[in-house]
Amino acid sequence: MKALWWKLLCVVLLIYTIVGGLLFDVPRLDIVNETIRNLYFHVPMWFGMIALFGASAWHAVKYLRNPNIETDIYSTQFANVGFAYGMLGIFTGMLWAQYAWGTWWHGDPKQNGAAVTLLIYAAFFVLRASIENEDQKARLSAIYNIFAFVAMIPLLFVIPRMQDSLHPGSGGNPGFNMYDLDHTMRPVFYPACIGWILLGFWIASLRIRIKLIDEKLFG
Amino acid sequence: MLTLLQKEFTLDLRRKSIILGIALYLLSTTFICYLTFALRGNQMSPLTWSALYWIIVMFSGVNSVAKSFIGEKKGVDIYLYSVADPHDIILSKIVYNALLCGVMSFACFILFSIFFENPVQDMTTFSIVLVLACIGFSGAFTMLSGIASRSGNSNVVMAVLSFPVIISILLLVVKVTKNCIDGLDPSISTNDLLTLGAVDALLIAMSYILFPFVWRS
Repeated sequence: MKALWWKLLCVVLLIYTIVGGLLFDVPRLDIVNETIRNLYFHVPMWFGMIALFGASAWHAVKYLRNPNIETDIYSTQFANVGFAYGMLGIFTGMLWAQYAWGTWWHGDPKQNGAAVTLLIYAAFFVLRASIENEDQKARLSAIYNIFAFVAMIPLLFVIPRMQDSLHPGSGGNPGFNMYDLDHTMRPVFYPACIGWILLGFWIASLRIRIKLIDEKLFG
Repeated sequence: MLTLLQKEFTLDLRRKSIILGIALYLLSTTFICYLTFALRGNQMSPLTWSALYWIIVMFSGVNSVAKSFIGEKKGVDIYLYSVADPHDIILSKIVYNALLCGVMSFACFILFSIFFENPVQDMTTFSIVLVLACIGFSGAFTMLSGIASRSGNSNVVMAVLSFPVIISILLLVVKVTKNCIDGLDPSISTNDLLTLGAVDALLIAMSYILFPFVWRS
């Protein structure tokens, strides 16, 4: 995690994303217009969130197999940063919805599913706060983490697909592939996803190191 | 496992207060709904009916299932820990709670039909939904009650933990109930029912795998 190359890669990719995302040519479309650039910032947030929550659940499984305080710190901090990514995803989505749909909150199945996901992880933090004993806190939150991650899957990937939605990419609305007829968006979109995911893991790794030092000093 | 199941039944039947408490809870919430809607000349659209019905079933489900671990006496879990396998314990509790939920939601349905009318046209599909929903509720709530019972203020934690997890079930259930009320062809709901069954299976499998870890603490 301490290697330098992926951090440099992250910085380069994100600078490229911001410059390219704001300046490069995008397809001209009715209603959506320039807000299509939000694709570079909104969609990678969800990819990042899922990657971070996945890492968190993975470390929770590791904790249950072999309990130690380090894995618990890993798991919690990944969940923390994932939660922040989810919030950013919601906010960028709301901003876009204000322009494209005319309301901040439309009650779209995807919006609701995302909000519930954040509620699940908020409950995870409440659970952690309400248990005194350190060992028990780590174990129970690891259990709930896995449970919540599994419960999140139908909510994000199955149910929204079964309902009509205004969200691009479902309910007969054109998605990314159809907007991007001439492939002008791909060269920015894919690096953007990688860049944002790397940034999430970078922030998480910093937080983990701070917590580990904290643990070492004050136990 | 069967002995454990038997133990749950005898224990609860012996403590009549619990059964009576749940019954009274259902009766009073339904009655309150009736009174509040009576103000509008008892005009309740079928959708309001289904929303109210599922909200009441869910809340009484949380309340009655929560006691499966939270209400247990101090020594009981240590005793069970020494004599039984955690997998058996969680399975017997899930089965018991599913039955409890089923009886409860059926009672609630009868109460609703008495106080309001019965808008459901497609009873077969509706009863399947009822059964699946009860299994899902008990699968999720039993596990979460086990987690919540280990924390400080367990009742608040129980509510906070269970609602977001249960929403995916609730969304599917409300959707199918709407189809039943409208009297649509059962084949339309098949997909949703299958998804509901899959979600149930997922929750129960997770409970089954993860419960031994809760139990150890």
